[in-house]
Amino acid sequence: MNAARDFVLSVEDLTVSFDGFKAVDGVNLYVDRDELRVIIGPNGAGKTTLLDLICGKTRASAGTIQFKKKELTKMAEYEVVRAGVGRKFQTPSIYENLTVYENLEVSFPRGRGVFGCLTFKRTPDVVERVNSVAETINLKDNLHKEAGALSHGQKQWLEIGMLLMQEPELLMLDEPVAGMSVKEREQTADLLNRICKGRSVIVIEHDMQFVKRIAHRVTVLHQGKVLCEGSVDKVQSDPKVIEVYLGH
Amino acid sequence: MQASLKKILGGRGGWTGILVLAAIILVAFPLTMDIFRLNLAGKYLTYAFVAIGLVMLWGYGGVLSLGQGVFFGLGGYCMAMFLKLEASDPESTKIQSTPGIPDFMDWNQLTAVPWFWEPFHSLTFTIIAIFVVPALFAYFIGAAMFKRRVGGVYFAIITQAIAAILTILIIGQQGYTGGANGMTDLKTLLGWDIRTDSAKYILYFATCAFLLGSIVVLRWVLGTKFGRLLLAMRDREDRVRFSGYDVANFKIFVFCLAAAFSALGGALFTLQVGFMSPSFVGIVPSIEMVIFTAVGGRMSLVGAVYGALLVNAGKTVFSETFPELWLLAMGGLFIAVVMFFPNGLAGLQEKYGPMLSQRLKSILANRKRLRAWQQEAPDATASKEYVVELPQSPAPSSSEPLKTAEAR
Repeated sequence: MNAARDFVLSVEDLTVSFDGFKAVDGVNLYVDRDELRVIIGPNGAGKTTLLDLICGKTRASAGTIQFKKKELTKMAEYEVVRAGVGRKFQTPSIYENLTVYENLEVSFPRGRGVFGCLTFKRTPDVVERVNSVAETINLKDNLHKEAGALSHGQKQWLEIGMLLMQEPELLMLDEPVAGMSVKEREQTADLLNRICKGRSVIVIEHDMQFVKRIAHRVTVLHQGKVLCEGSVDKVQSDPKVIEVYLGH
Repeated sequence: MQASLKKILGGRGGWTGILVLAAIILVAFPLTMDIFRLNLAGKYLTYAFVAIGLVMLWGYGGVLSLGQGVFFGLGGYCMAMFLKLEASDPESTKIQSTPGIPDFMDWNQLTAVPWFWEPFHSLTFTIIAIFVVPALFAYFIGAAMFKRRVGGVYFAIITQAIAAILTILIIGQQGYTGGANGMTDLKTLLGWDIRTDSAKYILYFATCAFLLGSIVVLRWVLGTKFGRLLLAMRDREDRVRFSGYDVANFKIFVFCLAAAFSALGGALFTLQVGFMSPSFVGIVPSIEMVIFTAVGGRMSLVGAVYGALLVNAGKTVFSETFPELWLLAMGGLFIAVVMFFPNGLAGLQEKYGPMLSQRLKSILANRKRLRAWQQEAPDATASKEYVVELPQSPAPSSSEPLKTAEAR
């Protein structure tokens, strides 16, 4: 039934085992265009590992990952990125020694080879993109600040901004609001609702209030397997989900 | 960090650094040193090529190689092969059983120049080889390691092993390489005698010019997006990968770049010193070169040159007096630098430089005030009112009471 539709991402029978322990076990996941999917689940359910598999950080033991009909499982990380998949890590992963501007500029998808870098010029289109992305992530006033001096929440936004520079068609965010204040969470939710237009987004999150604000559909992982999938309401009323995750 | 980066990358501060260095090595050294010492300084400056390569590779790229002597040696040997062939004309080698081949080949029962020596009859080929051979070698090592994500300590150990292997190979293949003695008795470059004082002067200045040129080129590289990516890679390799860059290619490139500059240093070493031997290839010289960089400052191209000059000058002085203690002192120096001044001399200058210049300025200002006051003083001492006037004097200097006493 699923094969007929035109999904951006289709993960089928994906399995990875670390010394016999199956962190992800026969997972099927289909993400539509313009969809914002949230993955929830208890610790050790395999959420982060699933993202690692999609972006090429970890190699799958079995199964396929098709992104726009291209197989990702054999690609190197940088090839996956160039194919249009962006990944944000759990802890803010930015270049602390560069300014916000340089952080964004380095993420601009041009001059990615060694000689491309040596001849890279700050052309008007680069400047324009940097400025517009900085505006989106609320960092316009901090463009020339060293990234290491930003607050935790701003660092998280900066990393999202770096992904936006790449114009990915699939954006994967691992706990984007972890460690954020209530106000920052709200701003981040707005940000995610804005940026998911024109692209698909996968978010891993624990905070159910936040999930309700952003999710189109929710997938619940448990012990490496998909436990339940559907709208937020459906998932929240599912007895299995309440038992293993939400009940606690 | 950002401020220091700007300083290194250019701007007025950056150029001042280069100009000061140029003034020291192009003017101060030749004016104050005899040809023997100047030649020695020139030799140290050839090590600086390795040091600036390490600034790129280690300081910015975060890749520590303990085998840069390999590339210094390869460059030096390429140059030495050309010079040796030129020195081995049939006329001057007629007492050998096979005249016209290098002396060490004759001693090892070789009767003809081996095939890989043949192209080194050409200076053009030699000059190309000086850069290409080490860069290619670095490319293969780099590709084999970085593509497999070998890094950090493992990379350092493997490069060290390569330095050891190459030394053993050179010593073992005496007939092809001159063995442990190296290639000696190098005399002329296209008929120009490199052993005369005037040649030594010219070679010294050529070394300085190449070194300053190299610093400018590398500074340009650091100013491009490549330079920012090097820093980015050092801090967050994964992020760079997930920004769509093939990290391995960048590391390979900077490794090759460092190798090519080291080789240029090696070739200039051979020309100035007149021989090349395996003692400049092995583990000890390779580690020494890392120490030059660490002492000078691994984030500063200009600093690395001072590091090479100072440590070598220290080595020369110290090892003459306490030959056994030198290695220990060197080790101690390295540990001290890494523990207390991780950014070396350049870091110290950055930290205390502004403070020092502030102090210097206030001292100078005080002196000026004192002098102005002293000029008035002779008349003042004559009158008794002077003592009453004193507290109103604007000079706050502590030396004032003393001066007053002197004036009296």
